[in-house]
Amino acid sequence: MAVELSKGRYGKFGGQYVPETLMTALHELEEAYREAKADPAFEEELDYYLRDFVGRENPLYFAERLTEKVGGAKIFLKREDLNHTGAHKINNSLGQALLAMRMGKKKIVAETGAGQHGVATATACALFGLECIVFMGKEDIRRQELNVFRMELLGAKVVSVDKGSGTLKDAVNEALRYWVAHVEDTHYIIGSALGPHPFPEIVRDFQRVIGVETRRQIVGKEGRLPDAVVACIGGGSNAIGMFHPFVEDEGVALYGVEAAGSGISTGFHAAAIADGKEGVLHGAYMYVLQDEDGFIQEAHSISAGLDYPAVGPEHSHLHHIGRVTYTSVTDAGALEGLQLLSKTEGIIPALESAHAVQYAVELAKTMEKEQIIVVCLSGRGDKDMQTVRDVLGGGAE
Amino acid sequence: MKTLEKQIRTTLAGGNKAFVPYMMAGDGGLGTLKEKLLFLQEAGVTAIEVGIPFSDPVADGEAIQQAGARALEAGVTLRKVLAELRQCKGEVAVPLLIMTYLNPVLAYGIPEFVEACGQAGIKGLIIPDVPLEESGPLREALKGTDIAWVPLVTLTSPDRRIANIAASAEGFLYAVTVNGITGKRNEFDSSLFSHLERVKEMSPVPVLAGFGISTRAQVEEMGNHTDGVIVGSAIVEAFERNELDGIRNLVQGEVGELKIINSSY
Repeated sequence: MAVELSKGRYGKFGGQYVPETLMTALHELEEAYREAKADPAFEEELDYYLRDFVGRENPLYFAERLTEKVGGAKIFLKREDLNHTGAHKINNSLGQALLAMRMGKKKIVAETGAGQHGVATATACALFGLECIVFMGKEDIRRQELNVFRMELLGAKVVSVDKGSGTLKDAVNEALRYWVAHVEDTHYIIGSALGPHPFPEIVRDFQRVIGVETRRQIVGKEGRLPDAVVACIGGGSNAIGMFHPFVEDEGVALYGVEAAGSGISTGFHAAAIADGKEGVLHGAYMYVLQDEDGFIQEAHSISAGLDYPAVGPEHSHLHHIGRVTYTSVTDAGALEGLQLLSKTEGIIPALESAHAVQYAVELAKTMEKEQIIVVCLSGRGDKDMQTVRDVLGGGAE
Repeated sequence: MKTLEKQIRTTLAGGNKAFVPYMMAGDGGLGTLKEKLLFLQEAGVTAIEVGIPFSDPVADGEAIQQAGARALEAGVTLRKVLAELRQCKGEVAVPLLIMTYLNPVLAYGIPEFVEACGQAGIKGLIIPDVPLEESGPLREALKGTDIAWVPLVTLTSPDRRIANIAASAEGFLYAVTVNGITGKRNEFDSSLFSHLERVKEMSPVPVLAGFGISTRAQVEEMGNHTDGVIVGSAIVEAFERNELDGIRNLVQGEVGELKIINSSY
């Protein structure tokens, strides 16, 4: 008997580890995506919405005061925080919503951690008149109350998930269960470069616009490619979108920054590459935080968007082959980065992005003044003000 | 032919249908595993699916999720279940299948896991998050053992796929009766029976229906269109509430009306 070969591999990572009920939907999605990719009208439509609705292209901003303060390499910020809805997530949500409509599906299910992907997906659904249901961990709902309200205002139904740690991993479980039961009329817009093939590829392709624009912009401003590119990693969608157009450029060092939470050695973190093992979660073979019996461990990070116990399969591969350097920044480090960028540049980054900022600051100090670092500023910090205030205290005197 | 398929064919040859209950290993403590297996064996089941708890059971509904959470709470792991089953081998003669998600197997190591299954006398393996495309390494590891690879087909599987999956099946083919996760259902899709009959035509091994089956009437109805049934959530809940007569009735029908049992023990 001929066994069809396992698809969607990045080296040994990736694959399609899902219940049989979903396999036909994945095959249909793959086919629809191939057709869409080959159709210039699809690209035109997506470009139109990215330009006139999202506000792309967004700037590549030279953070001059931050650079001076740090006293090392020049730091540029790719301003995904200026997108409509405040983060890079909308790039993927719009693309996948258009894809769902091509497949004739009018209902969307999504999971969300920080709420940014949920808001982006609810936004795309409102824009196109699609039904939207979003699963969100109970703990994340507490941390990101206003994003829940935003989603509801946009017409989405938000369902609280109280199983497990009540965070992103559990929301993905519940979204997968929902999708299995409603697969015939519903498309699952997964929010990160995760899940069974073809999701990691689709999400990467829709996020590639970040790196493609950055490449053009830095060459325009500096006449050359950057020496280093830095992005934060939860599942890894902003990072893979930023890195992918640079992967073949050997002179460009790529740094993925995981969330070290209270510190890697404490066990309270979300750094799956630093401290995880190869395994299967949510449909893909990748690095996963797990115990010796293969049970998935809970992730811990101050930023809800990085609070996921694995990194997507393509990142797993890029780590395995050594093309990208994966490193980490603690909760405390992220708060430092957030405050530094706020005070030197008047930009309050999302806690997720603050991990990348903080690492870039440390990296810049080790580099020459004429060298260039680009940081993916994946989202803005408005959503995190409650969390940050709870930690830092404050209030008017 | 592996033992599991032989067992089911013997049941069918006797004019009966197969009844395969699912139970969550270690729900109520690992110490209760053996007595539950012996109870089910006594009730006359054809084989038993022993479920392994997992932290992220995406194919399961509330009843099995909760049973799994209780088992995890009690510290149950794949390794411990296999060690316990090894101890039960002498008394439990009914064929046992392991139903587990993939990651605990990967953490165990596929060759080590298969070896431990062999030592525990396991006769079948069901892994719901391993579809045909990803099944190669496991099927390869089961070659030459008496452990059957039991794959699932669903309502969304196109015919060509069903045929390919059926061709990979050993023991029996698990036909999922709903689009969704495990758990009791009041109604099934009207096209289900013709689907099940089509699956049966395509399958070289017996076809058992599972997911959502929770009453004796459903057991008999499904049995009319397949070679038997798998009952999970209803058994798990009945064990949790200690309603042993309820389980007996599911397996045997009303007392004295032994239609579907296999009484070869």
